[in-house]
Amino acid sequence: MSRYTAITEADREAMLEAIGVASVADLFDAVPPALRMGSGLDLPEGMAEQEVFAHLRELAERNVSAESEVSFLGAGMYDAYVPALIDMLVERSEFLTPYTPYQPEISQGGLQVMFEYQTAISELTALPVSNASVYDGPSALAAAGYVAKLANGRGRFVVSRGVHPHARQTLATLARGYGIEVVETPLRDGITDGDAWREAIDADTAAVFLQQPNFLGAIEDVAALAAAAAEPVVVCSCDPQTLGVLRPPGECGVEIAVGEGQTLGNRLDFGGPSFGFFAASEDHLRRMPGRIAGETVDLDGNRGFVLTLQTREQHIRRERATSNICTSQALNALAGVVYLSWLGRRGIVELGELLATLAAHTRERLLELSGVTALHEQPVAREFAVRLPVADLAAVRRVVDRCQAAGVNPGHPLGGEYPEYGDGLLVALSEQRTAADVELLATVLGAALAAEREGAVA
Amino acid sequence: MKTIFERGAAGRRAFVPPRSGVEPRPIEELIPDSARRREPPRLPEVSEPELVRHYVNLSKRNFDLDSGFYPLGSCTMKHNPRLHERVAALPGNARLHPLQDPARAQGALELMWNLQEALAAVSGLPHVSLQPSAGSHGELAGLLLTRAYHEDRGETRTKVLTPDTAHGTNPATVTMAGLEVVKVGTAADGGVDLDDLRAKADEDVACLMLTNPNTLGLFDGRIEEIAEVVHGVGATLYYDGANLNAVMGIVRPGDMGFDIVHFNLHKTFTQPHGGGGPGSGPIACSDRIEPYLMTPRVVRGEDGFDLDYERPKSIGRLRGFQGNYGTFVRAYAYIRSLGGDGLREASEVAVLNANYLKARLAELAELLPAAFDRACAHEFCLSGAPMKRQLGIGTLDLAKRLLDHGYHPPTIYFPLLVEEALLVEPTETETKETLDAFAEAIAAILAEAAADPEVARTAPHSAPVRRLDEAGAARRPRIRQQLDRTEDP
Repeated sequence: MSRYTAITEADREAMLEAIGVASVADLFDAVPPALRMGSGLDLPEGMAEQEVFAHLRELAERNVSAESEVSFLGAGMYDAYVPALIDMLVERSEFLTPYTPYQPEISQGGLQVMFEYQTAISELTALPVSNASVYDGPSALAAAGYVAKLANGRGRFVVSRGVHPHARQTLATLARGYGIEVVETPLRDGITDGDAWREAIDADTAAVFLQQPNFLGAIEDVAALAAAAAEPVVVCSCDPQTLGVLRPPGECGVEIAVGEGQTLGNRLDFGGPSFGFFAASEDHLRRMPGRIAGETVDLDGNRGFVLTLQTREQHIRRERATSNICTSQALNALAGVVYLSWLGRRGIVELGELLATLAAHTRERLLELSGVTALHEQPVAREFAVRLPVADLAAVRRVVDRCQAAGVNPGHPLGGEYPEYGDGLLVALSEQRTAADVELLATVLGAALAAEREGAVA
Repeated sequence: MKTIFERGAAGRRAFVPPRSGVEPRPIEELIPDSARRREPPRLPEVSEPELVRHYVNLSKRNFDLDSGFYPLGSCTMKHNPRLHERVAALPGNARLHPLQDPARAQGALELMWNLQEALAAVSGLPHVSLQPSAGSHGELAGLLLTRAYHEDRGETRTKVLTPDTAHGTNPATVTMAGLEVVKVGTAADGGVDLDDLRAKADEDVACLMLTNPNTLGLFDGRIEEIAEVVHGVGATLYYDGANLNAVMGIVRPGDMGFDIVHFNLHKTFTQPHGGGGPGSGPIACSDRIEPYLMTPRVVRGEDGFDLDYERPKSIGRLRGFQGNYGTFVRAYAYIRSLGGDGLREASEVAVLNANYLKARLAELAELLPAAFDRACAHEFCLSGAPMKRQLGIGTLDLAKRLLDHGYHPPTIYFPLLVEEALLVEPTETETKETLDAFAEAIAAILAEAAADPEVARTAPHSAPVRRLDEAGAARRPRIRQQLDRTEDP
């Protein structure tokens, strides 16, 4: 008997008798004999809890995490601190183990969390309505495209090359499915090229897509770019940790704001689970994907919360639903609203200021290194791009490898996603980095570049 | 209860910024005027003790699986071992950046590889992608793969067949994939109506999406004929893995003829449901579908594991990075705990428990009959129609009264083709005593309703709130708190 089941031999006999069959095998009579597995599953034998733990620990120890190097790696996920109280709350059985709140009377905790989350995301983005989360940032951006298609039925998306490559790729995958063409517009001086942007937008454009700050860390003039797109739905992906200091999308003419919620109380987890947020102007409310909690009253007139506007959803509307999403990222969104409440009204600004200061300082420090130049001169909020004095992506990777051998991860080589920046390196800050870490980065990167130069000469 | 926005006071805080050692600079010097926020978002202003108390008290207004029986049909609410939380939280997992150089993430990639191999073994299909983040996400992947497969052969197929018993996500996914739903009827024994299937299967059909055992909890024994019809017109067969918990180690979807399968790691493989996620919906497929699988793929080479982005025929990506890795850790820990024999035992006991509970409830068949009188798989469907006629309480009332007995009710009003449906899935991790007590609670509710139906009609009586005005909530949506403008801090 496995440790997670409890049916004894005596139980089994009594149960089979009550059912009226001789053996458990009889319960599978409907399975055609020819299809039944002749032998057992080809998997290793089961293990005791201690053995499983030892195996998983051994695997985990073969990963170099932000615990064991000083990391400046970002590009969509960041080594943000997760406050201890979030660990405690997301481990509570009452939040960890129920499912979607289909029975609101016994799910008021989860439903109220969703309502609070929606309020916090609304505030952060300055947009009136928010859903209760989608899978992640890139899938949120793609979901926004689908909402735009439902809204105006046009045939084209225009997306800035400053949008995260994973989000652009996700959008392209889904858009191909429902038959929308995706047009990409280039960057100039590190930001979306306004002329190319205006030229690309035509009468058949369903939606336009931006990112703030963009993938290269540069702060875009979102309001101007949005103003150039009067007809289509304007979608902007935002870094939520910077929204205490950056003008919120709702004040820039953005209709749908999306983004990656990982930094709001969620771990890196090698890419997930985290959550994607999705906020919009009022007129998109009835086309939003995913769960939405609403406030109401019970029979006695007491305040309560329910899942609402469910006629958008697949379990009611089936093929006419506005999205197929069912399970999303409720527990991660809980971490998100607790994190935002922990930061609070002042903290969100202080954090934004700290990140912007750290980024500016680190950028200046790295530009002092011999041969390192700015990839763009735009203002930045938490991440920036530099050019290294090396030939290509392979050389950048060698430099990064040397830094990592010295205990510092200097950032993400850009040449994979952006061949035009083969010598580019994207450097990210989290609030866990310090002036001393930055000095270490400068020393280690300087030495790695020197070693690369020597290697090239030799 | 008050919301977090109704607590606290101006000036309170739980967050203190860390000292970076970098000289602070005025934000005006760093961020241009046009891009700078003027008014801070009106987030709560609370101390840490207030924050903890608020959310702990909120948690107590939730029913949860660790506290009681949760036979929610089609959701596989099985026990979530705590070991899994511990291993997912190891720093080598929890603080591992998704863009870490693969050479420095070998443990994570090996774990993903091993999980893929295990899912391939369970499904009987050789190629696995872990990327999709939920069942419906896996379904979307499956249809986009099907589409790519047909297009690569120069065929444009527009229709997808779904049985009328299908989960709502199936038809919704078809629409999102730009395809058209064609419904297939259900035969008298609860399986696919083969005549209807034959009539609708033509050269325009891209795929049949099927759950087997289906959402009535019945294994469709005609699966070989179904596969023959579908493959006969050149379409693919898609397996919705929501009900995989019934057949692990007993029969493999690949052997049934399926081309593409999705798994729900949050159902079958113990990822905690989290109040509605995170989940995970990996897919497995046959050789002919493999070229189109999502990027990146985990590959094994001479120097260890790597991520392969060079896949010219791939449909692309469905989300960021590599998927919900934290859920992979938990599912993998579960599979290593149970092994092949343990997974088979889990399915056997899940089916035994369901059939036993169904037998116990057969004593109440005059009021609450099984929708189909044959052995069930891991779940079974009852109809509350006679109960409604004879006692004057509907399935909703029965469900609400179960709350007072300390149970989460079964899934209600699904599948749609059964009148006053209840879909009951006990799972393998429940004891016989729990199943007995649940059957007795249902009997007690019916006996009580025979004497006084009002008790059930007005239930629940012990929950934090009474029945809620859902219609009013939808008519006048209040989906965020209205906040007063206050002075800048």
